[in-house]
Amino acid sequence: MIRLERRPAPSRFWSYMTPVLAVALTVVAGALLFWALGYPAGAALYQFFVTPVETGYMRAELLVKATPLVLIGVGLAIGFRAGVWNIGAEGQLLMGALGGGAVALAFWNEDVPGLIVLMMLAGAASGAAYAAIPALLKTRFNVNEILSSLMLTYVAGLIISIMIYGPLRDPQGYGFPQSRIFHPAATLSPILEGTRLHFGAVIALVAAGLAWLAMARSLFGFQVKVVGQAPQAARYAGFSQPRMVWIGMLLGGALAGLAGVIEVAGPVRQLNDSISPGYGFTAIIVAFLGRLHPVGVAIAGVVIAMSYIGGENAQIMVGMPLAVTGVFQGMLLFFLLGSDLLIRYRIRLRKPGVAARPAAEPVPAVAEPRVESA
Amino acid sequence: MDVVVQIIVTTILASTPLILAATGELVVERSGVLNLGVEGMMLIGAVCAFVVTMETGSGTLGVFAGMIGGVVISLVFAVLTLVTLANQVATGLALTIFGIGCSALIGVNHVGRAYSGLPKLDIPGISDIPVLGPILFRHDPLVYVGVAMVAAVWWFLYRTKAGLVLRAVGESHDAAHAIGYPVVAIRFAAVAFGGAMSGLAGAHLSLAYTPMWQEQMSAGRGWIALALVVFATWRPWRVLLGAYVFGAMRMLELHGQSALSLNIPSQLFTMLPYVATIVVLVIISRDAMRVRASAPACLGQPFHPRG
Repeated sequence: MIRLERRPAPSRFWSYMTPVLAVALTVVAGALLFWALGYPAGAALYQFFVTPVETGYMRAELLVKATPLVLIGVGLAIGFRAGVWNIGAEGQLLMGALGGGAVALAFWNEDVPGLIVLMMLAGAASGAAYAAIPALLKTRFNVNEILSSLMLTYVAGLIISIMIYGPLRDPQGYGFPQSRIFHPAATLSPILEGTRLHFGAVIALVAAGLAWLAMARSLFGFQVKVVGQAPQAARYAGFSQPRMVWIGMLLGGALAGLAGVIEVAGPVRQLNDSISPGYGFTAIIVAFLGRLHPVGVAIAGVVIAMSYIGGENAQIMVGMPLAVTGVFQGMLLFFLLGSDLLIRYRIRLRKPGVAARPAAEPVPAVAEPRVESA
Repeated sequence: MDVVVQIIVTTILASTPLILAATGELVVERSGVLNLGVEGMMLIGAVCAFVVTMETGSGTLGVFAGMIGGVVISLVFAVLTLVTLANQVATGLALTIFGIGCSALIGVNHVGRAYSGLPKLDIPGISDIPVLGPILFRHDPLVYVGVAMVAAVWWFLYRTKAGLVLRAVGESHDAAHAIGYPVVAIRFAAVAFGGAMSGLAGAHLSLAYTPMWQEQMSAGRGWIALALVVFATWRPWRVLLGAYVFGAMRMLELHGQSALSLNIPSQLFTMLPYVATIVVLVIISRDAMRVRASAPACLGQPFHPRG
């Protein structure tokens, strides 16, 4: 008989190891999946896990894809730590792209120095403003932020659609639903010869570093953790929970918005209907895989970026449907959540015949991220 | 008159997937489990139903396949949250992400194929009655299943001992466990039921509402169903009422543009159900005490019997 025994304190060892374990299990399950679908498992795994790091160009592409994931993931991780479930980052990303893109399009034929900075500010502000809606609804009307931020994601997609079919459509674009191409002054040019790697990657790295400083070395970081893990204690200490909701939401929204404007200024260079392949949702996985820790998120962003590049490679080289990427990402999160059990519990094999009752001492409750009714 | 009839028929049709999914989720939440993966389960149900129907030619088999698909994937959620005690919110999100990817993979060779749609009820004489005939007696079977399930769930929750036990588990799993009820087993059953109902909702989408398969065709209906459960303050009959309101929104999306003949972007109509969901949540949630009083007390909390 297998029995779970609560650990007196969460295991530090396993909290570092479960992401590794989850990735390993995903590789095994992925191999089984490829085999079941009738693809050569070896070749497919090679496409997924080796080609993305094989050449310099591919490694740069990896960082291009990791950039938005890390930016958004860092913001979400801080929010999740505080018990703020912002899952509408995809919508905030789109609004950031729209806000920054609108600035770029306003000066589509002018060489404005510093335009890119203005775009980024506009993008971050747009993302934050969009995230302010669920924050307001949560603090003022007690509306569950999971549902409101998600509904707003669908709305954001439709707003982009209205814009690129309407006011922002390229007049010379033969009616295609896309904007003009941005002026070079409104784009992030490659920082590495012969690749698409742009300055956004540096911004993402800086954001992760600053977030780490804030979480590990400031009173703010301490408040976030207390509010998330022990709301009663936080209230007693006078930490305002509504303030945390605001900060968690606005920070997540601003970083998602920044990711959005970096995407359109970097790889995309215009507004169209395929700005993001779901970075805002995938960043949720990145945040969890990175243990809600800024440094972890930076590493997890690169790991998850592999699944995008690997999926594209596998589609081209072995003809595998692109949807496999989503299956991989979902599986990874499943395995991670399942193996996280090891952090809080020991698995004990119960010897037959031994009485089942352990010592009846009170077990300290280990903090569980709070869940409110949806 | 024809227009009014048409509007009511569309409303009923559009509300059916919401009724099915929300009724299932209501039972899940009443047992104290918050499964945010409704969207993913619906998509799995939709794709399983469509693929099996296209391969076998039998809509009945397809409907069952949709249910089975929903159950299978809901059991993944059940194992993770009830056995390995994973966070329910995160696992529900994982279920949706996985469901979107997995359904796209299963349906990859079926995009663009068309199905004639589930047969509609046709009782000679009765179905031909003007007005009432088309509104009440000329739908596909799942429309009636949806309404019947609301009644059945109400009866189960409030008129049977098993229903009382399920509600007790949702209100206080420790007390229910102390009395000797198998908390985990009951929650497993509730989650599986929710999976079957979401699968059925998906089957209605891909076999009746828009008889075809398309990636992410549920378009947020799973999330709206979750909001409906809150709107209904966890009571079955109110799900029905809420679902019809949202069905009417979809109807506006379909007919609004042409009926009003206004020059506004069609996307604004598509936006309606999402905006309405937020508005409805504001109205319901404003009274924090009422939501807290009607929500199952153990909703979303992991259960681990000491020992």
